[in-house]
Amino acid sequence: MSTTKLFFAGSGGQGILLMGQMITYAAMLEDKAATFLPSYGPEMRGGTANCTVIVSDAPVGCPLIYEADAVVVMNLPSLIKFEPMVKPGGLLLINTAIVNQPAKRSDIRVLEIPVNDIAMDLGNPKVGNMVMLGALVRATNVVSEDAIRQVMHKTFTGEKAKLNDANMQAFAYYKQYA
Amino acid sequence: MKPVFTYTKGMTAVDTSYCPGCTHGIAHRLIAETLEEMGKLGDAIGVAPIGCAVQAHKFMNVEMCESAHGRAPAVASGIKRVHPDKLVFTYQGDGDLASIGMGEIVHAAARGEKICTFFINNCIYGMTSGQMAPTTLIGQKTTTSQEGRTREQAGMPIKMSELLSNLDCAVYIERVALNSPANIRAAKKAVRRAFEVQEKKLGFAFVELLSTCPTNWGVTPQDAMKWLGDKMIPYYPLGVFRNPEEVRA
Amino acid sequence: MTEKVLMKGNEAFAEAAIRGGARFYFGYPITPQSEIPEYLSRELPRRGGTFLQAESELGAVNMAYGAAAAGGDVFLSSSSPGIALMQEGMSFLCSSEVPVVILNVSRGGPGIGGIQPGQADYFQATRGGGNGDYKLIVFAPASVQEAIDLIYEAVPLANAWQNPVFILADGILGQMMEPVRLPEPRPFLEEKDIRAKKPWALTGYGGDDSGRRIVKSLRMQPDELEAHVEKLFRKYERAQKELCRYESVGIEDADIVFVAFGTVSRIARESIDLLAAQGIKAGLIRPISLWPFPYAAFDALGKKTKLVISAELSMGQLIEDVKLGVNGRYPVALIHRTGGMLPTSVEVADKARQLYQDIIKG
Repeated sequence: MSTTKLFFAGSGGQGILLMGQMITYAAMLEDKAATFLPSYGPEMRGGTANCTVIVSDAPVGCPLIYEADAVVVMNLPSLIKFEPMVKPGGLLLINTAIVNQPAKRSDIRVLEIPVNDIAMDLGNPKVGNMVMLGALVRATNVVSEDAIRQVMHKTFTGEKAKLNDANMQAFAYYKQYA
Repeated sequence: MKPVFTYTKGMTAVDTSYCPGCTHGIAHRLIAETLEEMGKLGDAIGVAPIGCAVQAHKFMNVEMCESAHGRAPAVASGIKRVHPDKLVFTYQGDGDLASIGMGEIVHAAARGEKICTFFINNCIYGMTSGQMAPTTLIGQKTTTSQEGRTREQAGMPIKMSELLSNLDCAVYIERVALNSPANIRAAKKAVRRAFEVQEKKLGFAFVELLSTCPTNWGVTPQDAMKWLGDKMIPYYPLGVFRNPEEVRA
Repeated sequence: MTEKVLMKGNEAFAEAAIRGGARFYFGYPITPQSEIPEYLSRELPRRGGTFLQAESELGAVNMAYGAAAAGGDVFLSSSSPGIALMQEGMSFLCSSEVPVVILNVSRGGPGIGGIQPGQADYFQATRGGGNGDYKLIVFAPASVQEAIDLIYEAVPLANAWQNPVFILADGILGQMMEPVRLPEPRPFLEEKDIRAKKPWALTGYGGDDSGRRIVKSLRMQPDELEAHVEKLFRKYERAQKELCRYESVGIEDADIVFVAFGTVSRIARESIDLLAAQGIKAGLIRPISLWPFPYAAFDALGKKTKLVISAELSMGQLIEDVKLGVNGRYPVALIHRTGGMLPTSVEVADKARQLYQDIIKG
């Protein structure tokens, strides 16, 4: 039985929840069990946003976690607060375009990715979260790249369909983690 | 031989349980007769309040349900959603409507619920035996204002018709009185207009019927009629507050 | 079977209510269930149903009572403090035998409490938060899929029993997303068919007043009221025989038996695995019906069991029913968090092991 526990944190508007939902959706397409749990609270914009995703071959127990196989942090407060959550030997992905401080722990694997800078280079500042998603999927293999591709086509329809190319390009950017 | 008087089919054969001189019987009958005349007894659904009229369904020959204290306009809103073409009405006293049920009546009126509310205002709680109501007049003695209501202690009595007149979707509002044959005839016309407003789906219709409670006022039935005319009407003026063009006579 | 979709709990609950046949919804915004009125305000009118935002939860429950008394199939939802405000209506619905499906996406209390998940509304749901002798039929789902299935089933079930059916979920189930399959929609009950399907409902008697219907709960004569309550309780007695539901996992030869419902039962399942790795065999009784409570489930416990543990998100409410079910046969202990906190599976397993070892040592 294999279970992967993921945690995503950043500020509202960084596409934190979307990353989590896309992984969950992809897991469903692969016939795996999955749960997505957002934090919920009174702040609507600019506040902290985080979510938990569990992907498993067996039914998922509690959707809330205290230790993650991989943690994505998109801003500095999230790094400070959630670095301890990475399990020993686990993975921490840091958005170094915004986070100007290194990770403290040495018992985990750290990937530093300046996702906002990359997004700017790609010509679309909004696709930073897709760059991060691509790195996460390649580094963990929690779901297949193909499943994410299907999710994009199912999620972004109508007006939003024109974003697919930019999103896929961003998602494919970090090939070295394959 | 031509009968000069027959019972309305709108009332059951059960004797009402109201006190002598109480005008609930008159109010029931005006509603019942009106529905009979409109041919709508079988197409009406009423909501009885908490108060002396909680058992109005024993006397009025229409389908009815009871409601928790003050909630009749919410209950009627629910009924009307299921049966948009039936005539749905609430029958509520002043404690029920103007005190505990203030939220429900104001919002039903604001939403323009296509229901009728018949508001029995007798300036006192009847069923619980004579406590101060939100409509109790200044100086009026009740079991919870034993020296007479004062503005300092309890504020001023609420004029519901005037209050609801501020709401755009409360399209028909009239205050009538049940203290004289002429006023009762006028009251019946108001009841009829209220149902016509609903039939035409124009919005919320509200008739305030100034009524008596000789038992809790501590007066005779005759003096109660006089008190209504002398004390209540000056503070609660009769008249039409809102009247849509479609039903103007 | 429909295809799998990924849905947020609250939206899935709302969709399940529509598919179950609930044509009418009355509600008021409250966290963590506001996605339900939002979803239904959009979807119900599109599909021939009615959404009405009430002025308060008091308004909502009374609109529900009116619509259901008039024969409509009604869904109502709120969260803990809002459910508290609806208790007047619950008592009314039960006494008048008017069926409504009610969902509590519960949060921590007392008072305004918090907005994180809680189970401290257990007494309110199972003991009756309103006045008088009455019972709600109460189910507690542990997953979004189970909540969908229970809500879908609750619409006909409430009608069959002429009683409110109450679904006690929690904030986590409402906010989380899980892949689910939605059931096929049932057609809405049309106004013209109400009279035949629900002969007790208010529709106006038409031409013949001999069948005039009254929906009421007032009975001024004590003997008449007593007879009415006794009649209700004969129905509840039948419900106790027919509606008890639970799931049990490895309880026959368990050293420790957990009792937990909803989200906590998912934590307990993980704790069972953790304890197994330490050589302690633990099992689980998961009540699905909280009222009627599946007391008989405890009769399956064997000689090997040393301890029964009620695990819950309250200061100890479920444990009262656990003690009634155990009936003195085994020691009963409590593992809990409250205020919106959840215990981890490690925390539950550690505490359970300590309690167990204390008993073994005597």
